[in-house]
Amino acid sequence: MMTLPEEEFAEVQAEAEHVRVPSRARTVAGRFFRTRQGRLGFALLASLFLLAFLGPLASPWAVTDMDFSAFMQPPSAGHWFGTLQTGTDVYAVTLRGAQKSLLVGLLVAVLSTGVAAVAGSFAGYFLGWTDRTIMWVADLLLVLPAFLILAIMSPLFTSGRWLLFVVMLALFLWMVTSKIVRGMTRSIKEREYIKAARFMGVPSWIIIFRHVIPNLASLLIVDATLNVSAAILTETSLSYFGFGIQPPDVSLGGLIADGSKTALYAPWTFWFAAGGLIITVLSVNLVGDSLRDAFDPGAGGRA
Amino acid sequence: MSGPVLEACETEAGATGPVLDVRDLEVSFGGVRAVRGLGYHVQAGEVLGIVGESGAGKSAASLAVMGLLPRHAKVSGSVLLHGRQLLGAPEKELAAFRGRTISMVFQDPLSAMTPVYRVGDQIAEAVRVHQRVDRRRAVERAVELLDLVGIPNPSQRARAFPHEFSGGMRQRAMIAMAIANDPDVIICDEPTTALDVTIQAQVLEVLKKAQRETGAAIVLITHDLGVVAGFADRVLVMYAGREAESGSVRDVYRHSRMPYTIGLLGSVPRLDMGRRLPLTPIEGAPPRPSRLPPGCPFEPRCPMAVPACSLSEPPAVEVGPGHRAACLRAREIGQAGVTMPGILAKPEARAVPPAGPVESGAGTAGPGAVAERETGTDGPGAVVERETGTAVPGGPVPAEAVAGPGAAARSPESPRESRAVVLEVSDLVKHHPLMKGAVFRRRVGTVRAVDGIGFDLREGETLGLVGESGCGKTTALMEILELGRPERGRVAVFGRDTATLSPRERLAVRRHLQVVFQDPLASLDPRMTVHDIVAEPLLAHGHRDMGARVRRLLALVGLDAADAARYPQDFSGGQRQRVAIARALALEPRLLVLDEPVSALDVSIQAGVLNLLEDLRRRLGLSYLFVAHDLAVVRHIADRVAVMYLGRIAEIGQVEQVYASPAHPYTQALLSAVPIPDPDKERARRRILLEGDLPSPANPPSGCRFRTRCPKFAALTGALRARCAEEEPEIRPMGGDHGAACHYAEKLGVV
Amino acid sequence: MAGFLLRRLVNYAVLIAVAASLAYMLAATALDPRSNYEGRNPRPPAAVIDAQLAMYNLDDRTPLFERYLTWAGGVVRGDLGRTWNGDLVADRLGRRLGVTLRLIVLGVVLGSVAGVLVGACAGVRQYGWFDRLSTVAAFVVLAIPTVVLANMLIICAIWVNDHLGAQIFLVSGEATPGLEGGAGEGLLDRVKHLALPTLSLAAGQIAVYSRYQRNMMLDVLEADFIRTAMAKGLRRRTALLKHALRTALIPAVTYFAFTFGSLLVGATITESVFGWHGMGEELVASIRTNDVNSVAAISCFAALAVLLASLASDVLHAVLDPRVRVG
Repeated sequence: MMTLPEEEFAEVQAEAEHVRVPSRARTVAGRFFRTRQGRLGFALLASLFLLAFLGPLASPWAVTDMDFSAFMQPPSAGHWFGTLQTGTDVYAVTLRGAQKSLLVGLLVAVLSTGVAAVAGSFAGYFLGWTDRTIMWVADLLLVLPAFLILAIMSPLFTSGRWLLFVVMLALFLWMVTSKIVRGMTRSIKEREYIKAARFMGVPSWIIIFRHVIPNLASLLIVDATLNVSAAILTETSLSYFGFGIQPPDVSLGGLIADGSKTALYAPWTFWFAAGGLIITVLSVNLVGDSLRDAFDPGAGGRA
Repeated sequence: MSGPVLEACETEAGATGPVLDVRDLEVSFGGVRAVRGLGYHVQAGEVLGIVGESGAGKSAASLAVMGLLPRHAKVSGSVLLHGRQLLGAPEKELAAFRGRTISMVFQDPLSAMTPVYRVGDQIAEAVRVHQRVDRRRAVERAVELLDLVGIPNPSQRARAFPHEFSGGMRQRAMIAMAIANDPDVIICDEPTTALDVTIQAQVLEVLKKAQRETGAAIVLITHDLGVVAGFADRVLVMYAGREAESGSVRDVYRHSRMPYTIGLLGSVPRLDMGRRLPLTPIEGAPPRPSRLPPGCPFEPRCPMAVPACSLSEPPAVEVGPGHRAACLRAREIGQAGVTMPGILAKPEARAVPPAGPVESGAGTAGPGAVAERETGTDGPGAVVERETGTAVPGGPVPAEAVAGPGAAARSPESPRESRAVVLEVSDLVKHHPLMKGAVFRRRVGTVRAVDGIGFDLREGETLGLVGESGCGKTTALMEILELGRPERGRVAVFGRDTATLSPRERLAVRRHLQVVFQDPLASLDPRMTVHDIVAEPLLAHGHRDMGARVRRLLALVGLDAADAARYPQDFSGGQRQRVAIARALALEPRLLVLDEPVSALDVSIQAGVLNLLEDLRRRLGLSYLFVAHDLAVVRHIADRVAVMYLGRIAEIGQVEQVYASPAHPYTQALLSAVPIPDPDKERARRRILLEGDLPSPANPPSGCRFRTRCPKFAALTGALRARCAEEEPEIRPMGGDHGAACHYAEKLGVV
Repeated sequence: MAGFLLRRLVNYAVLIAVAASLAYMLAATALDPRSNYEGRNPRPPAAVIDAQLAMYNLDDRTPLFERYLTWAGGVVRGDLGRTWNGDLVADRLGRRLGVTLRLIVLGVVLGSVAGVLVGACAGVRQYGWFDRLSTVAAFVVLAIPTVVLANMLIICAIWVNDHLGAQIFLVSGEATPGLEGGAGEGLLDRVKHLALPTLSLAAGQIAVYSRYQRNMMLDVLEADFIRTAMAKGLRRRTALLKHALRTALIPAVTYFAFTFGSLLVGATITESVFGWHGMGEELVASIRTNDVNSVAAISCFAALAVLLASLASDVLHAVLDPRVRVG
């Protein structure tokens, strides 16, 4: 082994790394898929995505189509999920809503978890005034009633500016995670490999991105997953009062809000959207919970 | 409650029968056998020591006896308490025995007590479970018990919560709880492992007292061979879930029949052994319980193995009166009259094929590794030579590593005074705020963690900084490593005052000053490959193209090049520490700071790392600042030693002088408290027991900080005493560069 | 100690002030009370509208900062201002707070107690049938948005009422207006009104607490001190009750304070769906009616509630856990 020429050694190493690097991801994935809960969550989520993005291709009705021969009709061969008061096809509009809800959930989660990771780790690593400033901002945002602020701002989200809504929602979701990240960073900072890197002369920001954040990955991934459902649920609540995603975009929350008024005598206007939402949140939560167990086999009791 | 039944059993078993008789005990967790057919028995009033390294199954076995294993554990065999079968007994019956006939002292006394109840109430609860007494009487009894185990102000301390107790006090309280109902057997699971050595001496004393009071049999589980040597009557050595050897302490220690026992005894650094006697590490690491070899579990590491050893597992057989060993060659070893620690110099051993790299290759232990075997030669020097030759395959040391500045300029023999000063610390002070309250967090005082220490370290020298937890040794080390402006005093590294360094200069100094930490797993980022870990310092200092260099560094510490692609988790403790050492050496430092580098390792592995460090120091001309709490390790590796107490240096000097004739009462007490793994010597020693706990560093005593616990101070009177209370002693020379910070320093041999 | 407490309170005051100011600025910029008057039929003359708006400090022709100073000055003197049609904001919020309290107290208490019990039982028998059942139930409940849950409850209640031919559950409001009969009758009427919203609040709480408590229990079950308690001779049951549950309860109790604080303004959906005129409903109404002063006052109150809740949870933690106790 010792007499291997350099290039050969490099090759051996590259090969070994090629095999090794995904090993942790693979173990986690293995543990994840070994649980029934994980498999179920993943299967549900995957089929929801497929349905939301490919499902509309299977139906002759588009969201904008209105069938003037069928107002408020129950599900039938022509309209699989029935129609609304306007003659809109419920199947088409539900899938469009699901698309938007899934997108909003994912984007908000990625954004807020990203902010939480950076803010929390910088605060926890540098402490002092950096910490005080960041945590003061976090406290302020915690104290501000998010629902109220988003509601007031809702007119700004009209005419396709739903991305702004995503940003605002993310702005109100990162604080708690960032506090957890901060606490964990403080303890990780005392770990010897961070000290070792510091005493080697590695700059602080590199230490944060190379050692601190990657070692919080499990927490962050789980948190991001759970933030997906938090975002979807918050959007639903806002939509109930008309403060969520604004027309012409539709979300499941908006459909539920409309449907709840007619739920008693036209259940199809309510239950498809509500059911879709419940399954989405359920599957996301299942995935998040299983991921937590997969990352940390000790936490959920010994296997 | 099964009181009457119990008494009947007691009389039936008679006075001479074993109180506790364990046979064929098997414990498995999900198919992995942690304990494999263990048997032992103890008589009333007898102390049985069970020793073994981590993972040997000692704790699982003791919990199985108590019936306290988690539910998913499978237990079989037989546990007879006064002739009464405990395994499989209904919970009601077991609960009646537990705490009354058989009780237990756990390792970590902080987590072993319920944090939300008062200590006194927890002890009173133990009383009330088994005795019909009212609450008040039970609390009174708890206070009596606390008094018995030597807790001052017991009635007041009984009202404290566990977190308000120090480690030693908590362990005393645990013992009080264990003897609350006058048990017949006390199982102590590593009762002193979490404690400092002077506190360990106190707690062992309490245990002895508890035994006298109750007349109970004690099963003492520990990894510390010294503790067993002084405390136990009989000893059982466990390896891979089984008995490796058992017998009277004297037989096992002096006439060991099992190579594992011999190896274990040979690899412990000893307080009473002169310096630089190389340790004889056991190659490899203990097997994982899930992957045991087919034959004798020690066979892959055994220097005396013969082909038959790998065929089947030898049972423990009688090799002498009351002395059993599980080794095919036990009789041969006995006939040859092997005495420790010279096993590896025995003729049989020499017949074995030549040595492989010390301890390395354990993780990779394939068939090849079995053939490579550590052995010794006739003299200590030769062993080092052999290790040197094998630890660096490919011959000479990498040129770049040797070419460390100053390495050529120095010869090991040149006198200390003529060598360059690498690190100079004078009057260093580090205080930090003492915060209190988690909700209303506020500053309530100042912890004087390091309060004016000074020493110097010369080229090619090892300075051991020793002291118990809370003495400020690690704080001092961190303060030096910061390379900043100290609160007070001066730190000069390679002659440069750290207070005046610019960031660029500081980075340049960091090149030559590297650190190795205590816990090798914590000091390696689990998400990085060994290659990335070792290359990190190179990258930070702008090196490119690091593959070859990393490979050479790994070779230097005795690891394979292929290990570069693996993750820290894939290695055993000793190998991880080697990776950490390789990383520290990457920038060719001149000064290596070692913070407890071997204290997280098992003895058999510790020896390999210590030998490696010693070897590297000699060959690369390194200087070491070696921080440790283990005085035996320091004696083994250091040239000079500084003993710290409460942020000050109590005594400093050449290792030989300080250990042979310590002058400070604290050093004397500390040295006398370290157990020696030799039953005859250990029992003949006089132990200086210190009173009480370490005072808070936030509020150190006036004058001499040690006076509150000092046996010398206690014997002084009048004006002599006043001096200790008023005047803080400076370090006074005691001959040569030996100095002690005591007004009445007197040399005294205690080892 | 006193200095420390003072610092913390000052910090709270600053946070509340900044939060309320931000909310006021945002509301004053985005909301348009003028449109309320302009939308009236018949439309009042412009001068009248201006006068009205100016009287209530809602005139958008006054510079924002000036309006803010007027508002802030009032708040400092304890005057929260008036709604767009002239009511006192403070009175209105006071009434609404009473409604909210009557709504949530029962739901929160019921939810937390039941949740803790469910979680503790599930934790002790991990992977037993109860654990599995409660886990599935908790996941399902957590996935149902409050809107859907509340509507489902209404649908069920109507179905039950129809089938029994009696008004068992009343789905709207706090009490039946103009109800005749004695105090007993009145109380029964209130209970009938309270049942559904309480159930809707409690369901979510039970789900959250049970998951939380189960995990805490599992952590504690592995703890060494449970082993010690059993080594003393306590039965497993006793050890779990006396040592494990007591220790594992601490986080749940501190969490309780948080939930309570956030629900004071956060029961928006439950209040709206069941027609309770509480704080949460007022929040939505004030935005719909462009009522700048109410919005600012609610923000102020919400900030206060959150901070008091966090203070309360800290204090509770200290009381329950000697490890963090002051002193």
